[in-house]
Amino acid sequence: MAELLASHIASNVVVGLLLLGLFGLWRAVRKHRLWSESLRSVYRRRPIAVWICALYLLVGLSDSVAWVGGQQLGADTVSGHEPKTLLDRAFGDTKEKSYSAPLAGAEFYAKSALRHPGTHLLGTDILGRDVLFVTLKGVRIALLIGGLTSLIAIPLALLMGVLAGYFGKWIDDGVFFVVSVLQSMPSILLLIALITALPKSTLSVCVALAVTSWVGFCRLSRGETMKLRELDYVHAARALGVSEWRIIWRHILPNLTHLIVITFALTFSGLVLSEAVLAWLNIGVEGSWGQMIAQAKSELSREPVVWWNLTSAGSALFVLILAINLLGDAIRDVLDPRTARERQ
Amino acid sequence: MSALLEVKGLTTTFPSERGPIPVVDDVSFTIGAGEVLALVGESGCGKSMTAFSLLRLVPKPGEIAHGAVLFQGRDLRSLSVPEMRHVRGHQISMIFQEPMTSLNPVQRVGGQVMEAITLHERVGKAAARDRALELFKKVGIPDARERLDAFPHQLSGGLKQRVMIAMALSTRPKLLIADEPTTALDVTIQAQILQLLRELQRDFGSSILLITHDLGVVNELADRIAVMYAGRVIETGLREEVLSAPRHPYTQGLLRSIPALAKRGERLNEIPGVVPRPSEWPAGCRFCTRCPRAFEPCPKRAPGPTQLSDTHVAYCHAVAAEPQA
Repeated sequence: MAELLASHIASNVVVGLLLLGLFGLWRAVRKHRLWSESLRSVYRRRPIAVWICALYLLVGLSDSVAWVGGQQLGADTVSGHEPKTLLDRAFGDTKEKSYSAPLAGAEFYAKSALRHPGTHLLGTDILGRDVLFVTLKGVRIALLIGGLTSLIAIPLALLMGVLAGYFGKWIDDGVFFVVSVLQSMPSILLLIALITALPKSTLSVCVALAVTSWVGFCRLSRGETMKLRELDYVHAARALGVSEWRIIWRHILPNLTHLIVITFALTFSGLVLSEAVLAWLNIGVEGSWGQMIAQAKSELSREPVVWWNLTSAGSALFVLILAINLLGDAIRDVLDPRTARERQ
Repeated sequence: MSALLEVKGLTTTFPSERGPIPVVDDVSFTIGAGEVLALVGESGCGKSMTAFSLLRLVPKPGEIAHGAVLFQGRDLRSLSVPEMRHVRGHQISMIFQEPMTSLNPVQRVGGQVMEAITLHERVGKAAARDRALELFKKVGIPDARERLDAFPHQLSGGLKQRVMIAMALSTRPKLLIADEPTTALDVTIQAQILQLLRELQRDFGSSILLITHDLGVVNELADRIAVMYAGRVIETGLREEVLSAPRHPYTQGLLRSIPALAKRGERLNEIPGVVPRPSEWPAGCRFCTRCPRAFEPCPKRAPGPTQLSDTHVAYCHAVAAEPQA
């Protein structure tokens, strides 16, 4: 019970910090002309993708704010005392006994009446859970996997890449040894090994995904740093007596920002997809779309076909990935100096 | 005039398969307080490398092999890394050739000048901003207050070079190294920048080491001239001495090859051949392969100094063999 309490409070705090962070970022971007122009330009290119991403984010956030009490949910008393998220409360008690087709009035097999006939927009799954509800619950998991993993992988890659690229010599050798070792292993095997070894939790999956996905950006940031290191303004800074760390902080990192933003958008979708593969192998995250798809595959052989499970999880995944990829491309078009210079 | 900077036998080498190659070879010169010394030579003769050597910023894998760089009597080569960092920017600062690429594209130019100030002096942000504004006005940037918040891509080349100069002068350095400060600018802007450098040199009393291949710039600004060829200083003297009465065959060739409007239609004079690559430099006088007056000792022995006046020195066997007046 205490554990449950702690986890939902932590989640609320994280949401609060996230909103604060977003607000801070918003203000920083608005102050900076270059960034606010870029942001507007991205929105002009892909308004629909931006709105879809915002919608997903909203659903994810509403599923992260939870508190105990209020309405009594569920027939059993145990679930009644669990903290419920905003999303849970919005849906209320929608549990059925078993399968039902979208908007059906009766169960799939026994044809006995449902508790809430005609209200399940996407039907219910084998355990009687509303599929729309379960799918929306998956949003938070997907965002968590993409976001948390990126937050681990990108700073790690940046640290290693920039240090290796800037200082060279033995640091570069060391980092590149690690990178080569990681790249010479099949990443799926490494993933399975890591997830099996780590305690079973969402964080472990994120860590495992991060370990296998930081290498590419590390190479990229190393190369970019090596290029920046030789530029005149870095030489000029050195001639002004700026220390090496300050040069990295003030002159190298700010010039990598566009790469960081682009990489974040592009790896995000890849990571969500990787989780679907992991779920297929039964080592995914509890409640993810990957898991829904993996479970639904056996149900395709039923007669008549149970299609709504797979379809809703699949479409939710597809729409999110498509929106993020479109957004990522738009961001790259706007921020990548090779394409951005032409417009200025 | 007491020497502010005294460079003695400075040699900077780059490693190669056949041992280290000196790209700056036994270079010596002095700069007095408030003096402008021009270091003149063709591309690749080691001018910029000499400047980088003074600041101990020789790019890897190059290194300073020997020699002494005495700045106000202290040997810069013996300073620790933090001490050296304090000298850079604070006492010796540098203006680079390319104003287009010498400013960080994602930082406001005012911020970059403020960084130079706060780095070496304990001043608050507001005070640093005031100083930056004052400097912007001093280097003749119009609408200085608005330009503080501009990004480099919003400024023209001439303005960027002015920002660079403001940055270099921000801590009132005793020595300013100007590495081809006007090469990347068009002619009208060149004149303005030279005018500015002259005024600032007068106001601040700084010495300037002017590195250039443009003899017009030299004539505008320099008090004294050191001509470099293939890593060595071959002739030094006061501006009038070197420009009006050059003695070294290379300097003479260099001056003859300036195109003049009055001599339209005539064939332009040139020095035959090209500067040899550092790995192919001859053992004796570096210029002997292209020199019209080369004779028997030239390829074998490096020429010693020939004192032509109190201030005028040439390093040439042919000049040494002439009867001195």
